[in-house]
Amino acid sequence: MLSKIGTIAKNGLIKENPTFVLVLGMCPTLGVTTSAINGMGMGLATTFVLIMSNIVISCLKSVIPDKVRIPAFIVIIATFVTMLAMVMEAYVPALFEALGLFIPLIVVNCIVLARAESFASKNNPLLSLFDGLFMGLGFTLALTLLGLLREILGSGSAFGYKFIEGDAMLLFVLAPGGFIGLGLLSAIVNYFRNK
Amino acid sequence: MAKKAQSTLVNMMLSLTIIAVVSAAALALLNNATKDPIAKAKADKVEIALKEVLPEYDTTKLQKVTLKNDKDTTKFDSIICKLAYDASDSLVGVAVESFSEDGFSGHLGVMVGFDAEGNITGYNVLETQETPGLGEKAKNWFKPAKYDNDGQEMKDNGRVVYDLESPRTVIGKNPGKNIIKVRKDKGEVDAITAATISSRAFCDAINRAYKAFNEVKGGTTNE
Repeated sequence: MLSKIGTIAKNGLIKENPTFVLVLGMCPTLGVTTSAINGMGMGLATTFVLIMSNIVISCLKSVIPDKVRIPAFIVIIATFVTMLAMVMEAYVPALFEALGLFIPLIVVNCIVLARAESFASKNNPLLSLFDGLFMGLGFTLALTLLGLLREILGSGSAFGYKFIEGDAMLLFVLAPGGFIGLGLLSAIVNYFRNK
Repeated sequence: MAKKAQSTLVNMMLSLTIIAVVSAAALALLNNATKDPIAKAKADKVEIALKEVLPEYDTTKLQKVTLKNDKDTTKFDSIICKLAYDASDSLVGVAVESFSEDGFSGHLGVMVGFDAEGNITGYNVLETQETPGLGEKAKNWFKPAKYDNDGQEMKDNGRVVYDLESPRTVIGKNPGKNIIKVRKDKGEVDAITAATISSRAFCDAINRAYKAFNEVKGGTTNE
């Protein structure tokens, strides 16, 4: 049991990291990572949805007929995303505003459906919980790193703490900087992964 | 492991219906629970913005203004203005919830405060989808604070003291006398570095606010 969880943790964080290795969920990855805190917020929001949907789908896997599993999964995922959106709007309005459209878009994030399909519908609820947790943390880690890189190079600050006056390389705040940063980080991660 | 449910019509309909009903019920409950906090968070935001953009005041009065000949008013039927009065009931300022549809990502909502003469006393960006790190800087760009010798923001009675000499400030300017446009458009305001479109949208919102302010003032002087 413990070794299984260990494997899941390694898979989620490094070996099958959703962003750097599986390259899933690129839309929020590139869209919100203009600052470290936004990346982290998005990652944690997705983690919550991943954990909850994985648990529920794993519990229901034997009562959902195969032919309607995708619509059933989507309804379950959408329910959790909507709940998350409402709670965030009520209690962390600033973060909700910063992440904007990307919160409702978690519904169609490939990572969530991919884990439901390839893991939760085949494993027990406890393992699915850990899979959701570590896949989510892997995603959070990737988004935070990318956000941090872009924030340092683009605005000269880290987690909102400014250490140079004025502007830095504005390119990194804009879309091209997202692609360049993602490419650089993927290259570094894959270099160490293949060693 | 329990036997997998077969994909018969009854099973499919039943499982989807149950899932949908349970989801709907859960969402309805949560919606009920979060409705009030969401409304409160929004009201708080407006309240904080009001305190920031207006001079000290005692009471406010709400007035809705419809601008004629305004290309973007089709979307909103009126602009909300709050008239602020001091203890002796004389007008100290007006806060206008203005907007522009010309932002880099569309809508930009700005609350602009004027004193009774129409000088800008402050602003607060209420809604923005501008690019983080660029256009988003409009939140503070046009109201640079004065710094003391230690590099700290100067405060007077808890309120930030604005640097009125700065080439990018709009505070203290009067859209009736000053041209609130970016310098590229022969105006008097420095645009945000690399975010001219957002800066233009911001100026548009300020000028729209001033139009609304004039409507409000016109109404009150006739009383």
